[in-house]
Amino acid sequence: MSVSLYQVQKVLFVVNRDPQARGRFLDDRERLLADYELTAEERRALLEVDYHALYRMGVHSLLLGPLAATLGVSFPDYLAAIRGTKT
Amino acid sequence: MSLVGAFVASHAPGITGRPTLPPAAESEAVYRAYRDLRARLEATRPDVLVVVSPEHWANFFLDHMPSFCIGVADEFWGPTDEEFVKIPRRRVAGDARLARALAEGVAEEVDLSSSEELQFDHGVMVPLHLLGTELPVVPIIVNCLAGMPAPLHRCHALGVAIRRTVDRWPERVAILGTGGLSHWPAMAESGRIGHDFDRRFLDAFLGGRMDALIRASLAVRASPALGAVRRRSTRAKPRFLERNPARRFPAGPPRP
Repeated sequence: MSVSLYQVQKVLFVVNRDPQARGRFLDDRERLLADYELTAEERRALLEVDYHALYRMGVHSLLLGPLAATLGVSFPDYLAAIRGTKT
Repeated sequence: MSLVGAFVASHAPGITGRPTLPPAAESEAVYRAYRDLRARLEATRPDVLVVVSPEHWANFFLDHMPSFCIGVADEFWGPTDEEFVKIPRRRVAGDARLARALAEGVAEEVDLSSSEELQFDHGVMVPLHLLGTELPVVPIIVNCLAGMPAPLHRCHALGVAIRRTVDRWPERVAILGTGGLSHWPAMAESGRIGHDFDRRFLDAFLGGRMDALIRASLAVRASPALGAVRRRSTRAKPRFLERNPARRFPAGPPRP
């Protein structure tokens, strides 16, 4: 695993588990992401919550699925997003 | 006393979190199986329940990921994912004395990590809720998740060592393994069922052919939590209560 994929997953782990980090992710995502070493594409995918890109780069599904639920994305919509069957 | 019962059950969060998603006749088959399991568990009159469940990022991340971790505490809290599983968060009594005895008792075969602060997610709380039990719990968390998941032969060695240790314990101990057969939680393949794999796995598991399972796991990583529970004896023939909870309650985070 690349160092930065580890960092991407760490962002999601912290956001899923820590209410304060979740608040920062919702309110001021750019500043939260500044604390992590990310490539430009990883930063973009996290800023836009691009499920398809995050899934394709190898983010663990049990980090990504709970994030979608937290953000109010229905499970069918989440599956369509990671499958790339929905734009 | 000794080991008084050994059980395995699905912990799919949809069983409690999305109860109306499947047709009622299908969901009822799962709840009926759980009621049957509850009656069987109660009939063994346990004093304490050892629960073997996989990690789902509730406690550990890739900075520290143990293969096996035993909860050495007299209380725990769960579920961490209460909004998904629709189970109220509560205190669960632990049993630090038995947990320490287990960690020491199995140490010749398997070195366990230990934790005084384990959080319970659906892996423990869905079965506890459906079994309606308030027994003290000794949790053993298995890494089936990421990094280097615990290999099945080590899970089996742990199960054998638990049995040997529990049989020397003065109280009545039951064991519950929780997990699932083939499933792809929150993955693109979500909803798929590996029928052939499941059938072969169950045939070998119910037949007590652990060697065959361990060999097969070298090619396909089976569900290690199931491997940690060994057949109780030749007299107590394992019985299968409901074949496919994962199909009835597709895996993945329930809809908010």
